[in-house]
Amino acid sequence: MNGAAILARLRSIALSWALPVFILLAWEVAAKTGLITARLLPAPSSIAAAFWRHLLDGSLLEHTLISTSRALKGLLIGGAIGFAFGVINGIWRPAETIFDSTLQMLRNVPHLAIIPLVILWFGIAESAKVFLVAIGVLFPIYLNTYHGIRTVDRGLIEMARVYGLSPLDVFLRVILPGALPSILVGLRYALGIMWLTLIVAETISASSGIGYMTMNAREFLQTDVVLLGIIVYALLGKLADFVTRLLERWALSWHPSYRPAGAAA
Amino acid sequence: MSSTVLAFDRVTNLRGDRTAEAGVLAGERSAARVGEAIRFEGVRKSFGDREVLRTLDLDIPAGQLVAIVGRSGGGKTTLLRLVSGLALPSHGRVLVGGREVNGLQPSVRLLFQDSRLLPWQRVIRNVGIQRRPNWRETAEEALAHVGLADRARDWPAVLSGGQKQRVALARALVSHPRVLLLDEPFAALDALTRTEMHELFSRIWQEHGFTTILITHDVAEAVALADRVLVLRDGQIALDIPIDLPRPRQSVGSAEAARLQAHILGKV
Repeated sequence: MNGAAILARLRSIALSWALPVFILLAWEVAAKTGLITARLLPAPSSIAAAFWRHLLDGSLLEHTLISTSRALKGLLIGGAIGFAFGVINGIWRPAETIFDSTLQMLRNVPHLAIIPLVILWFGIAESAKVFLVAIGVLFPIYLNTYHGIRTVDRGLIEMARVYGLSPLDVFLRVILPGALPSILVGLRYALGIMWLTLIVAETISASSGIGYMTMNAREFLQTDVVLLGIIVYALLGKLADFVTRLLERWALSWHPSYRPAGAAA
Repeated sequence: MSSTVLAFDRVTNLRGDRTAEAGVLAGERSAARVGEAIRFEGVRKSFGDREVLRTLDLDIPAGQLVAIVGRSGGGKTTLLRLVSGLALPSHGRVLVGGREVNGLQPSVRLLFQDSRLLPWQRVIRNVGIQRRPNWRETAEEALAHVGLADRARDWPAVLSGGQKQRVALARALVSHPRVLLLDEPFAALDALTRTEMHELFSRIWQEHGFTTILITHDVAEAVALADRVLVLRDGQIALDIPIDLPRPRQSVGSAEAARLQAHILGKV
């Protein structure tokens, strides 16, 4: 890259950041001059201050860790069940006949609609949140695993059989890698649902976690903390998405459309 | 034995005078012919009500290269699947090397129209798909044998159509097949690449001596490669003629080749 190209690139980066920076500045000025009520929408600087305060007293980290651990537990449980059903139904017809229509029916129940039932069953214990997340991520993982396995090139499976690969080898070396692009799409989709479910569950019933922190702050009219919680959720979602992208790039490096630009051929 | 032949051939490849050496190699190998005879005894195959092959009797001696031409739906692919054990006859029996085929045959290998390489494995791992002991070395030898020694670390996605078919051929060679079945493996290639593949394949066939059934739509290809051409029409053999042209054959056919082609085309 030569000097002019770097300059042009910097210019385009600067241009794309111009509007957000302008909005932030305008917001700050408007809040400080009383044009908007700070109680309803505090200035960015006071959100930053709230961030610093909660970081120093350790509560931000604690709540974030609790939320993340709930999210990951739910993902692990729901994802494992969805993956298992996807694999079994994908490779074994009788299982598909028995389970698929039931799963498709359950899928149509909005999982957030069962929150009252979940509270009746589990109260507001940890298991309630983990259960909801697990139900939420189960279906995207199931559907995409099942679909991925079903659409693996039959010719490749036949070839592997002709070459004498054992059924386990056919699964591990042909079916699973062939289904992986679809499974990872399901995972990304599931991560979105994971955070969404957790936000709702923590907001409704919790005594810790980011959702609790924001609801608690609402009671004391600490709007800056509410906004901080929203931003933390957004960052956690972004982080999860980033990690899956890395995973995709690593696992699908053979795939022409996942190869980083410039490395082709 | 075969590994020394492979190594020897790699040297000739480097020197670039393949055709001169190929004859010597073929002569050397003739003592250890590996091909197995194929025999169809009253074979019928139907799918539901549709009879694809009707009472087929056929003898293919060990080491012969037979081309089968015919229109789509004439039962050509079914015939190959019966030899490979991917399908079983409804009536009659198929014998390979004197044994009745009742399942997949480790001595029989198939090349398909699409190369069927695993896109998520590099070329070398595709060739060594069976993971036998020393698979890496044998896979490297086989790749060198088809002239692709330098592509071992590539993903299949970056190879051209002809290169993919050569990798598929190398993968088949690794297991020392006694019968190699070709289901239009050259059909999707451009004319120049196809001619190259014809030369490469006849050289390898002459060295190894496996029995080959080649399915093709292309009558010129059948005459250029085969010892014998069968025309399969409506599940029956409509023509069975030997091709007694000297090898190595020219890519541009002689007058005799043209006459044979016209004769076969009349029966398709």
